[in-house]
Amino acid sequence: MDLKRLLYAASHEWSDINDQICTMGITQYAVDQLTDVTHLQLPKVGTATTAEKPLGEIESVKAVFDLYAPVTGEVIEVNEAVRRDPSLINQDPYEKGWMLKIRMVPGSDLSHLMNYEKYSKQIAEGH
Amino acid sequence: MAELKTVLNDWHRQHGARMVSFGGWDMPVQYRGIIEEHKAVRQHSGMFDISHMGRLYFKGNGIIPFLDKLCTNQIESMKPNQVRYSLICNSNGGILDDVLVYRLAGQWLVVVNASNREKIVQWIKNHQIDGDFQLVDETLHTAMIAIQGPQSLRICQDLFVDSIQDLAYYYSKPNKIIAAKIGLDASDENLEVLVSRTGYTGEDGIEIIANNSLAVPLANTLLQLGVVPCGLGARDTLRLEAAMPLYGHELHENVDPIQAGLEWAVKLNKRNFLGREGLIRTRDSHERIRIGLELEGKRAAREGALVYSQTQVVGQITSGSYSPTLDRSIAMAYVRADYGILKTALLVDIRGTFTPATVVALPFYKRPGSK
Repeated sequence: MDLKRLLYAASHEWSDINDQICTMGITQYAVDQLTDVTHLQLPKVGTATTAEKPLGEIESVKAVFDLYAPVTGEVIEVNEAVRRDPSLINQDPYEKGWMLKIRMVPGSDLSHLMNYEKYSKQIAEGH
Repeated sequence: MAELKTVLNDWHRQHGARMVSFGGWDMPVQYRGIIEEHKAVRQHSGMFDISHMGRLYFKGNGIIPFLDKLCTNQIESMKPNQVRYSLICNSNGGILDDVLVYRLAGQWLVVVNASNREKIVQWIKNHQIDGDFQLVDETLHTAMIAIQGPQSLRICQDLFVDSIQDLAYYYSKPNKIIAAKIGLDASDENLEVLVSRTGYTGEDGIEIIANNSLAVPLANTLLQLGVVPCGLGARDTLRLEAAMPLYGHELHENVDPIQAGLEWAVKLNKRNFLGREGLIRTRDSHERIRIGLELEGKRAAREGALVYSQTQVVGQITSGSYSPTLDRSIAMAYVRADYGILKTALLVDIRGTFTPATVVALPFYKRPGSK
């Protein structure tokens, strides 16, 4: 995965957008903060998502965090492998650890997402 | 106030630790991963920097009566080299700290929790009146490393001049590190250490108190011998499975040792100790007790989550986590005593979802072959 091609939310979800389909997961930085992921709660196929609103939760040994929708649209695919074995997120957050594919509504606003340089700067500042 | 750093602080960072603030100290929460570190301790051997624990040394003729006044457990009856768990209580019987008391040759050692060290030193000074003893806080001059897990004694045995194999559970022994084994010159001083058969993981193992200068060479040697560096994250999941209470969670000043299930460490028939009257006053009116819960599913019940019986709140979670050994969600809680009976079906409010839970016996995990 070319990390420079992805878009990033301040809440540490990455988005890979192709033909109005957004594939999402969480970043290596988020994984490092979380420690071992033990449980994942993801929406079902067909669920409507709203950008920047919670759509699930991710739980590690130490803590639990909300997952936020990067885009407005509809869930069209859930990574069943990662649902069964959330440790895939620790092993490989950008490839095997993807979580959802969301079909975006036409004309979606993506201005709340950051490019790689901007996101890298945010995490370098430690938040 | 600046965070305190153990002598292994740089070592932790060099070995990939993620650091967190804990009890006023900058400590590693994990290196490679909490579950991997947890399993290393259950199956093999792991090491923990526990230098943040307070190490208070006492000398003087009046020390035995004083420690018996300070501690809920019996001190006078301790044998040479014995180690004993005790509570220190305020006058109401509320828990100020849980400690290990070591009877050494010519002196005593009390190991206290990092976050309580200054409070306990002050408490001791407030009650020292006429006590004929001196207190020396050696926390910043010494290091303390725990090596825990079934292979720990075998791995460590060759590092010491005297055998550690005959060290009984909850006993300590002064020993000496063999300089060459940890890459030091034999002329290096301060090879004297104190080794105890103690720990906070539910596994067999030892804890070593050494001069600061030995810590890095010792950690490097243990790493070469295959001992896995473990952080506070694994320490917490390990102690939770073993149902060991943690100060600030199960233990605090508004809970007493009886409620906490630690009556075995309280000797009410002892002449007098701080908190005894408070404990006698309340001993027959214990409305809440510490229990273990197993929850449905894998979501963890976190500290503060409310425990229900049907629609009625009957208690609160003090610690909860995914258990790597049992592969399920476990928790400790204080509940009303009438709801703490084994197999009682309760509900825990996990972020708005009422999750079924069952009262189970503590500990959740016992090592094979233990009582």
